[in-house]
Amino acid sequence: MSLFIIVALPFLGALLPGLMIQAGRRACFMATFLVTALASIGLATHAPAVLRGEVVTARLNWLPDLGLNVNLFLDPLGLMFAALILGIGLLIIAYARYYLSRDDNMGEFYSYLLLFQGAMVGIVLSDNILMLLIFWELTSLSSFLLIGFWKHLPEGRQGARMALAVTGMGGLAMIGGMLLLGQIVGSYDLTVILSQRDLIQQSPLYMPALILILLGCFTKSAQFPFHFWLPHAMAAPTPVSAYLHSATMVKAGLFLLARMWPVLSGTDAWVLIVCTAGLVTMVLGAVIAFFKDDLKALLAFSTVSHLGLITFLLGTGTPFGAMAAVFHILNHASFKAALFMSAGIVDHAVHTRDLKRLGGLRHAMPITFAIATLAALSMAGIPLLNGFLSKEMMLEEAYHTTLYGSPLLVAAVATLGALFSAAYSFRYISHAFLGAERHDYPAHPHDPKWGLWLPPALLIVPVVVIGLAPFLAEPFVRAVTKAVIGGTAEMPGGYLKIWHGLTPALGMSAIAVLGGAVVLAAYRPLARGWAAAPRPEAKAIFDALIAGCVALARGFSQRLHDGAFTRYAAIMVLTVVAIGAHAWLTGSSAGPTRAMMPVTPIALAAWTMLIAAACFLVTVHHNRLAVLILMGIIGLMVSVGFNFFSAPDLALTQISVEVVTIILLLLALNFLPNRSPVESTLARRMRDGTIAIAGGVAAAALIYTILMSDFPQAPISEYHLANSYKGGGGDNVVNVILVDFRGFDTFGEIIVLGIAALVIYALTETLLSGPVRARLLNRGYEEERAGDAHPLMMVVLTRVMMPIVLMVGVYIFLRGHNEPGGGFVSGLVVAIAVLMQYMASGFAWAANRQRFPYHGIIGSGVLVAGLTGIGAWFAGAPFLSSAFGYFRIPPMEEFELATAMGFDLGVFLAVVGAVMLSLESFSRLGRRAGTEVSEHPMDIDPSRNPDGMDAATYVEEES
Amino acid sequence: MELLIASAIGVLTAAGIYMVLRFRTFPVIIGTSLLSYAVNVFLFASGRLAVNAPPVLRDGVEVYTDPLPQALVLTAIVISFGMTAVVVIIALGSWLSSDDDLVDVPAVPAAAGGADPAPRGEAAQ
Repeated sequence: MSLFIIVALPFLGALLPGLMIQAGRRACFMATFLVTALASIGLATHAPAVLRGEVVTARLNWLPDLGLNVNLFLDPLGLMFAALILGIGLLIIAYARYYLSRDDNMGEFYSYLLLFQGAMVGIVLSDNILMLLIFWELTSLSSFLLIGFWKHLPEGRQGARMALAVTGMGGLAMIGGMLLLGQIVGSYDLTVILSQRDLIQQSPLYMPALILILLGCFTKSAQFPFHFWLPHAMAAPTPVSAYLHSATMVKAGLFLLARMWPVLSGTDAWVLIVCTAGLVTMVLGAVIAFFKDDLKALLAFSTVSHLGLITFLLGTGTPFGAMAAVFHILNHASFKAALFMSAGIVDHAVHTRDLKRLGGLRHAMPITFAIATLAALSMAGIPLLNGFLSKEMMLEEAYHTTLYGSPLLVAAVATLGALFSAAYSFRYISHAFLGAERHDYPAHPHDPKWGLWLPPALLIVPVVVIGLAPFLAEPFVRAVTKAVIGGTAEMPGGYLKIWHGLTPALGMSAIAVLGGAVVLAAYRPLARGWAAAPRPEAKAIFDALIAGCVALARGFSQRLHDGAFTRYAAIMVLTVVAIGAHAWLTGSSAGPTRAMMPVTPIALAAWTMLIAAACFLVTVHHNRLAVLILMGIIGLMVSVGFNFFSAPDLALTQISVEVVTIILLLLALNFLPNRSPVESTLARRMRDGTIAIAGGVAAAALIYTILMSDFPQAPISEYHLANSYKGGGGDNVVNVILVDFRGFDTFGEIIVLGIAALVIYALTETLLSGPVRARLLNRGYEEERAGDAHPLMMVVLTRVMMPIVLMVGVYIFLRGHNEPGGGFVSGLVVAIAVLMQYMASGFAWAANRQRFPYHGIIGSGVLVAGLTGIGAWFAGAPFLSSAFGYFRIPPMEEFELATAMGFDLGVFLAVVGAVMLSLESFSRLGRRAGTEVSEHPMDIDPSRNPDGMDAATYVEEES
Repeated sequence: MELLIASAIGVLTAAGIYMVLRFRTFPVIIGTSLLSYAVNVFLFASGRLAVNAPPVLRDGVEVYTDPLPQALVLTAIVISFGMTAVVVIIALGSWLSSDDDLVDVPAVPAAAGGADPAPRGEAAQ
């Protein structure tokens, strides 16, 4: 089975439980189990080859330019971890089947579990560090979901958040570290990186990379000082604790330490940092674990302690240490997962995990007792169980390690850790299962069904078998160790066996076990002392830290982002001006290279009107109607300017848009107040004026510099000019660019325009169906209304003009390809013609005569444009390629037909529809239901009521 | 002539920014319209100025102005109408549903952790 499939299976399978839960819990469980089983089988098929020394790879280039490739490889180290993940995963899935109650959403749980499983398998099989980082983050996210699975428990939510914050932060650090590593080596492929030990260790970036990567590993593996999140994550359901927090996720950090061992280890910094963190974590975790009353908390801190132990072993940087670490990872996974499951069984049966309320359970729960005892004794390091073997190797390694110049320090600390480790293991057995039988349990204890005890029992098998016959595990451990060392050092000479003779390690082991028993005997006085001793509470510190960060962020963002739009606008303008000024002052300009054009009197006059209108607008802006008139002048001058500077198309477009914009704003003023109140202080106005002038001066200076200098590079417009006729069949280059060269842009733009119109329509509908409707209905007019709202003169004039304007529209449309004009302009012209009918005879009259809905017109426009583009496919050309030809129908002159015309028709329709739909929506707001609306084209119609009386009554009705 | 264009753009920009910094929706909309004039002319002018050289091909004419900025600005003009219309309907909706056409959200009350009570003071009447 391809490695891709092994990694993808859990991810794909994550979809199944959510669906299968509909078919019942059993089907849901079966589906999940089968997915994992299938992946395990796939892995198993590779196992023989991998153990023979081959490396299985699967490669796929994904984003090669970024160095991001989906490369996977499977070596013994990856095999061991993948086997742990999938194998223990199977047991956990089976266990969870019986553990989860009816109230728990099993489908959701299994989905999260499979997501997590896939991410973990991805980490251990990645051959690309960027891929590895992605999977790494995925484990943080999926573990967040799993820890917080019981959403109703505040501890669960807080624990999940804390785990995510700590591991996520570490993940960020690791991204930095990995990128540095990739920079040093010049490749993101793990196999390449692993072969560059000297290059990496001699690089000046080695230290920062090492520290960042270690931050990632230590947070994930709960190493001091980041150990505090793990016990809080124990609020999760027990299967999660057993899976994530003993067997797999917390080992991801160790996996990475082992993976990077060939290139990162061996330096003084590595030994110092990693050994220290490991030893401190080991002792601290063991001591705290001893005093915990909650079974799971005890196990949680013992896990912290054991992770510290493994970290220490990897930190020594010796091959023997690596071998001991590998062996202990294997052993710890087996006995610790069994212990967690047994704790879950106790919790399930007795309804408490408090050691103070437990005791004497050996009578009621003999099977659980047997499982827990064997696992705990292994954890304590009792001979003939697997924990003893690896712990003795650890003590042996500690005995030979010198840290801080003191040869005995490490040995003493390690023995202390082992001593407390033995103590809490004994306490787990004696305080839960031994002692007098009690009758005050919250529930009647009993051994569970086989579904719950079988998985931990299966895990006990390797505990005992390896403990009795270590040579069985030896080839595998040696193969994995070889993969960890990666050829950078000699394979260690030590062997896995029970009896090494009377070595110092055996003495230390004996001290630890006997000392552990003594410490347990003295539990009561020690616990009293522990309770009285002042200790820093990690959660309180963490919460305070987070609160501090939140306050800092809030202080910062609320100062900038306080909901005051004007403030954002001011900040933005000032920032842009400041950055521009910086560029201006530090950059260099070649100076003017173009001669200034002479000023003509007409241009000067237009300029004067524009400037005067703009200045006047600012001074009288409280009068909104005056503002509209001045806007009209400005728009007109801008169009005149466009025309003057050789842009007839722009002039046409600008002036038509000007008309519809002014009508739009007039419609808006129908509802909005006619005056803006004077409300800013003089100081505020001075401030705004200064900002505005700064922005204006900056814009003017910039464009002046541009205008006075030549193009820094030859513009691409030459191409357009040269090919407009040859390729596009049109003389009007601007139009050809719109419908041909950059047709795709235009296509997008008419769609945007249509969307804008639909947004307006939708908002209007929302307004009209909400409470606004009542307000609109009850609204009185502020000023007296005109008696003759639809005057005769205007009605007659617009009717007469309608066909003429339409004719002009058609003319502008048709000539657009070769002369100024085109779909945009003619669309606007036609829209204005229709608009005039609305203005002259009122909304109701015009709407009754409107045959096609404007949405449809927008849609048909987009469709026509799109279909024209697709038409090119049939000629074997890319989307929107145009074709043209010349035809002659007697007696007319020869004329040109181009497919671009179809596209332009689409533009035309979309523009008409969009403009009309927006304006119509606005006028719908003004049309108040319930009032009498004239069905007649004009209010005073001499032919309708000769005496004029009806008109007068009509006016009364309306007001 | 270049000076005239540059100064016109500057004045339009300044007027636009000043209007955008007002408190009510209508002047802000006017301000954005003024800014879009300025931006459109700016883009257009980046093709350099030319008189009597429209980019419409004619026999015997060799000098044409740069057509590309014109094509870009043409669509920009139409799109800016669409955007103005959207902003206007939003402003209308706000005015009609809350009788409020102030653009600034009321300052966060101190109880909710508000850090800055200031800018509303000027706006309130």
